[in-house]
Amino acid sequence: MGLEEKLPSGFLLSTVEGLAGYMRKASIWPATFGLACCAIEMMAVGTPDYDIARFGMERFSATPRQADLMIVAGRVSQKMAPVVRQVYDQMPNPKWVISMGVCASSGGMFNNYAIVQGVDHIIPVDIYLPGCPPRPQMLLNAIIELHKQIETSPLGVNREAAARAAEEAALSATPTHQMKGLLA
Amino acid sequence: MSLSTAAYDIALSLPAGVTGLAPANDNPVADFSDTPWWVALIKAVGVFVYLLLSTLLVIWFERRVIGRMQQRPGPNRNGPFGLLQTLADGMKSMLKEDITPANADRIVYTTAPLIAATMAFVSFAIIPLGGTVSIFGHETPLQITDVPVAVLLVLAVASVGVYGIVLAGWSSGSTYPLLGGLRSTAQVISYEIAMGLSLVAIFLYSGSMSTSQIVAAQSSLWYILPAFFSFAVYVITMVGETNRLPFDLAEGEGELTGGFHTEYSAMRFAMFYLGEYVNMFTVSALATTMFLGGWQAPPFIAAIGDGALNGGWWGLLWFTIKLWMFMFFFVWLRGSLPRVRYDQFMRFGWRFLIPITLAWVVAVAFIRGAQLGFLGQGTFTIGGRELSVATVVIVSIVAVIALAAAWIWDDKRAEREAAAEFNPPEEIDPFEGGFPVPPLPGQRLREPSGLAVGSGAASREPVTSSVTSTLTSSPVKEETHG
Repeated sequence: MGLEEKLPSGFLLSTVEGLAGYMRKASIWPATFGLACCAIEMMAVGTPDYDIARFGMERFSATPRQADLMIVAGRVSQKMAPVVRQVYDQMPNPKWVISMGVCASSGGMFNNYAIVQGVDHIIPVDIYLPGCPPRPQMLLNAIIELHKQIETSPLGVNREAAARAAEEAALSATPTHQMKGLLA
Repeated sequence: MSLSTAAYDIALSLPAGVTGLAPANDNPVADFSDTPWWVALIKAVGVFVYLLLSTLLVIWFERRVIGRMQQRPGPNRNGPFGLLQTLADGMKSMLKEDITPANADRIVYTTAPLIAATMAFVSFAIIPLGGTVSIFGHETPLQITDVPVAVLLVLAVASVGVYGIVLAGWSSGSTYPLLGGLRSTAQVISYEIAMGLSLVAIFLYSGSMSTSQIVAAQSSLWYILPAFFSFAVYVITMVGETNRLPFDLAEGEGELTGGFHTEYSAMRFAMFYLGEYVNMFTVSALATTMFLGGWQAPPFIAAIGDGALNGGWWGLLWFTIKLWMFMFFFVWLRGSLPRVRYDQFMRFGWRFLIPITLAWVVAVAFIRGAQLGFLGQGTFTIGGRELSVATVVIVSIVAVIALAAAWIWDDKRAEREAAAEFNPPEEIDPFEGGFPVPPLPGQRLREPSGLAVGSGAASREPVTSSVTSTLTSSPVKEETHG
């Protein structure tokens, strides 16, 4: 609702942060859509063998208005890119994105004019999941990682501070083009 | 809505005619004379909390039970046995961004979920949850209130609840919600007629529309037995009424995305969710009250200790158990049945349920009339039980008519099936319609007439394909027409 973002920093905020983080990570409803072969693996996560329902995530919502998580499962073609962006825009905040498979993460094997070279060109991505396609267990692992991230995400003034710290770190880091020699 | 009120008019007029001899029956038996306003308030808050907790529990219950039905664990990570799952869903919804589409009618868009959620709670005011109890020294029935037309109140409130759905669909300013809302409204209104009619039989038997009176009238025999047909119709219509699978046409994801709540997010959507589940509790509670003896203990338990377990707070336990049996039934349906098609659903409601329930109400009216001695007082005794001649005659006539109807219907169906059976011709020309058509099992292919000019090598004899050797016949066909 936005109220939780306006709390002053301190004990109250950290308590609300913990509670909101737990509630948010405990109820992540993914948006129903798949783009390519990774979607088949994503569906497999819903089957009894892997059972995404254990995390309360079996409620895939048909309308983006009720979704919290977008799993970009498969390569994003240039033609599909505006659609993906629109679905993302229709989701209410806070929302998260898992880029599932190498094609969604970097274009993968499709290094050509038809495919967006990584879905992070059009929407912000929280978790990159490699694999071609990733196994259902790998998707479950990505989801659990995302849960950890959501549970510890700061709110309000703390979030602004965290964002500033991240920006500082990014500005002071060595640019990629200056990295020379063995990158270790 | 005018059609459903017509059904209520029938419901109103019938019992008045039959119970004309016993007007004393009409008033509720629940005695509220020792209930100050603050006790009523406590009871109202209690019912509200009871419903909220039940909703929290039933969503978890549904997901777990469906999980077990599909051989998977279901939600089990958040809280012990996953019990916090529903709470997390609700809290998460409160923390989400609340989107109002640009095309939406703001006021109506905000009001619709409020109507849907609050109307679901209202009906519970007249449901008797238990016997007479003592709250802070005041003897009061475990029921918020009762009126002589209590059951009609439930039906009326359910109709008002539909406004929530239709307004949500209209005010969203988008196509899917509009279509979903219209569907949902048509569905609920249609099934409410059959629902109201099925309850008329209960009014006839109990001679009252007050819920406490109906429960009291079932102390010797639960109405599920004499009104078994009404019970079946009610159970079907209550699923239709609450938009649940297999009748959740309004939310068919494949066709309408989310139906009327497509554009709703966050807390407003959660209110629809809450309303749907509380509605399930309301229709189940009404079924319990009308057919399963309400809060009364099952006969074998009621016999223990001269009815020590059959009243007071114990009633709440029996009521809750019966209520949850219906909830399990809802979940069971959802776990086993696919969604029905919209036109089939509407046809079933209008062309089967309503006429047949009308016929049933007439039959019950006659049976009840015979029981009350309107059709003669003669009696005879079989096996130590005194039976009224008129009752036996009426029941026999109804049974004969039912048998005859079933017979005629079966004959007609057999005729229809015979007419629908299609006998394919022995021989077909595969190129008759201009496209190559494969033969049905047992059919012979005729030699293509116009194509034989250049392909003299192909065999001139008809090729036979049989049921058993479709595999071997396919290369032959290729050879013939290739």
